[in-house]
Amino acid sequence: MNAVFAKTGDGAVDAIKLSGLTKSYGKARGIKGLGLCVAQGEFFGFIGPNGAGKSTTIRTLLGLLKPDAGTAEIFGKDVRTRREDILEEVGYLPSEALFYPGMRVREVIAFSAKLRGKDCAQEAEKLCARLGLDTAKKVRELSFGNRRKLGIVCALQHMPRLCILDEPTSGLDPLMQREFFEILKERNAAGATVFLSSHILSEVQQYCSRAAVIREGSIIVCERVKALAKTSAKRVHIRGKVDVSGLLDVRDLRQEGREVSFLYGGEIGALLAALCGQEIEDLAVAEPDLEEIFMHYYQEGAYAEH
Amino acid sequence: MQNIKNSMVLVQHELRQERTALVVFTAAVSFLLAVCIFIFPEMKGGMDDMSGLFASMGSFTEAFGMDRVNFGTFLGFYAVECGNILGLGGALFAALCAVSSLAKEEREHTAEFLLTHPISRKRVVAGKLAAVVLEVLVFNLCVYGISVVSIALCGEEIAWREVTLLHTAYLLLQVEIAGICFGISAFLRRKTAGVGLGIAVSFYFLHLIANLSEKAEFLRYITPFSYADGVDIVVDVRLDVGLVLCGMLYCIVGVGAAFVWYGRKDIA
Repeated sequence: MNAVFAKTGDGAVDAIKLSGLTKSYGKARGIKGLGLCVAQGEFFGFIGPNGAGKSTTIRTLLGLLKPDAGTAEIFGKDVRTRREDILEEVGYLPSEALFYPGMRVREVIAFSAKLRGKDCAQEAEKLCARLGLDTAKKVRELSFGNRRKLGIVCALQHMPRLCILDEPTSGLDPLMQREFFEILKERNAAGATVFLSSHILSEVQQYCSRAAVIREGSIIVCERVKALAKTSAKRVHIRGKVDVSGLLDVRDLRQEGREVSFLYGGEIGALLAALCGQEIEDLAVAEPDLEEIFMHYYQEGAYAEH
Repeated sequence: MQNIKNSMVLVQHELRQERTALVVFTAAVSFLLAVCIFIFPEMKGGMDDMSGLFASMGSFTEAFGMDRVNFGTFLGFYAVECGNILGLGGALFAALCAVSSLAKEEREHTAEFLLTHPISRKRVVAGKLAAVVLEVLVFNLCVYGISVVSIALCGEEIAWREVTLLHTAYLLLQVEIAGICFGISAFLRRKTAGVGLGIAVSFYFLHLIANLSEKAEFLRYITPFSYADGVDIVVDVRLDVGLVLCGMLYCIVGVGAAFVWYGRKDIA
């Protein structure tokens, strides 16, 4: 079992608590023994490539899928037995937000509010204005981005205590992405917990305080975002005639003519010492991309159990 | 209280979503029935000869029960025509309505939206079931009203008991088919229309087969068309309670299956 429990702060009930959560879903998809805690008030990132199990985790958390084993709790309530109570306090934006095509935007928003038994008209109006969403249009006339905006309004109009957002920025232009994150930051500052699933590392790095990395259905690391970036290996590009065989912690070594590139997980000082005196025309040390971070953690293997 | 409100919201939503299908089916079936009723006075003159012809077409005659009623009387004519138009049209409407009710949310990927609101799956099933029943009721009330008005307008005497019994039987038939298809809907994710059409048409033909052969008598306990046989109803002026109860049992099993299965299924 891959249990990664992180500190939850002041000892209050966790916003999300998963323990040994397992779900087999489709061919080779699913999650295995997932353990995770998200404290109330956190802005939490859930990172993983497509098919890693992010959506399965979220859908199990929301009661759309029945877990094969393990438990999932939101605000201390079991998702299997207290689903409706939980959903009153949760706003969910699915990765593919689809609505009834014959309805108008304002009808979908009103329908969502009515199902919650709340009058959210004022907040919905504010959100639509900020996101530039035309409420008179029919759903079938909406672009992918505008459907996304409609999903955001439906997810946030009732001022949920927990926002679960699955790949929320896909389809949004950069300006709208910024506005969306502003709204989330305001909600977070007001006490709401944000659980953001994404495969875009930069948005997690920019907005989340803590994040978990999921790969092939297992959480391989759960850390503060700063620590996560720090523990990442670096991608080193060198043009010249170099020999790196003496370096430890070198992976994914690629060499084409005088171009050498590798993933380096050791001390930078040791790297410089090894390169010193070699025939180097150019040297670049960069943050690895997300895939490389996955590779790093994947090969680290037991990191999560430290 | 909130749960009941949620269900009502869902019922309204469903009725709004299905209003086009309801209007189209109601208009089509009512129109066809009205046309048949209005052409009867013109046909009546030649019906004596026609009745003889209809009564001597062998298996075809038996299948449609035309050997047991006088096709030359309005009631005999209405029982056969009503059976074909309202029977088959109503069965198709009820089947299509019910079989897509739960499955369409997954087919159109709106289940994720609906089921992440604070409404239990049982409430969703109950709300959708209520909407299907209401649609079937509205459809039948409209068709019944238009038929009665048409009969009055064309100057025929309204045999209230027989006509009402006929329409009640078709209402029960549709409720049964709707219940069965509703249960099937909980198991389906995509192609639903074919399943609904298949079930309605199969029941219709099973009834024709049951009328043709004594060996196929058992089919009367399978198809709801057996207790909604227009000819039997106008001849006996009663419904076969045993067959009706059998049909309602299938309906309850279908609805029960929907509640049980939809409550535990994974939503794709």
